[in-house]
Amino acid sequence: MKQQIKDVGDVRIISLSGKITIGAGDVVLRELINDSLEAGHTKILLDLGGISAIDSSGIGEMVASYTSAKNRGAQLKLVNLSKKINDILQVTQLITVFDVFDNQEEAVQGF
Amino acid sequence: MWVTLSLESRFESIEIAERALVDLLAGHGIEDDEQYWILTALREAIANAIRHGHHEQPEERVRVDFRVSGIQLSIMVLDQGDGFDSSVIPDPRDAENILKPCGRGIFYMRRFMDDVTFRREPGGGTMVSMSRRLTARAIKE
Repeated sequence: MKQQIKDVGDVRIISLSGKITIGAGDVVLRELINDSLEAGHTKILLDLGGISAIDSSGIGEMVASYTSAKNRGAQLKLVNLSKKINDILQVTQLITVFDVFDNQEEAVQGF
Repeated sequence: MWVTLSLESRFESIEIAERALVDLLAGHGIEDDEQYWILTALREAIANAIRHGHHEQPEERVRVDFRVSGIQLSIMVLDQGDGFDSSVIPDPRDAENILKPCGRGIFYMRRFMDDVTFRREPGGGTMVSMSRRLTARAIKE
């Protein structure tokens, strides 16, 4: 998995590409979110536009990241979900947990 | 004809199985979208075998068999673990589970395959058998 990080105002945008799967992308995702929280960011936007596959471990890390952020008074939101990732979140009803946006501009304004 | 793989219990092994199944499915004309959900189920089954069955001990082998027969895809994943009671797997959609970081793998397998069974093998180990009726129009004769 590859990542790009940029800050727009006070929103940290983490753009991911590749796979978020067990033993690889899931660990990287955890570290990226933890590093952002440790650095004091309270508005984190995860751009999943480049993600080709995600498994239950990747979904689990997203949920754990959401909880970590919330426990620290921070927010984690999602943007640019492919239809498949949207479907994966739908079937486990996690779509009701995350704030999801269609594009980064809209998402940044959504914080 | 069955395709049989014997994999080390490393998460990298999942990619090997994925590529072999993609080759089989593509050879039968199964489209990418349907492949995606099947591969998700395969990944979950092998990941469970490696993590829970073998506790990530690389020397323990995971056996994977799959074939397409007519319009039926069959996948079997065998580990040497102690198994578990699949009848008591909590529903990850329940309010008390929805924010748990784990517990969705078997749910996805059951969601994306038509039939999923778990059984203890007489010689030891746990066998996961999954099947799915493939989109008939995609099947090449």
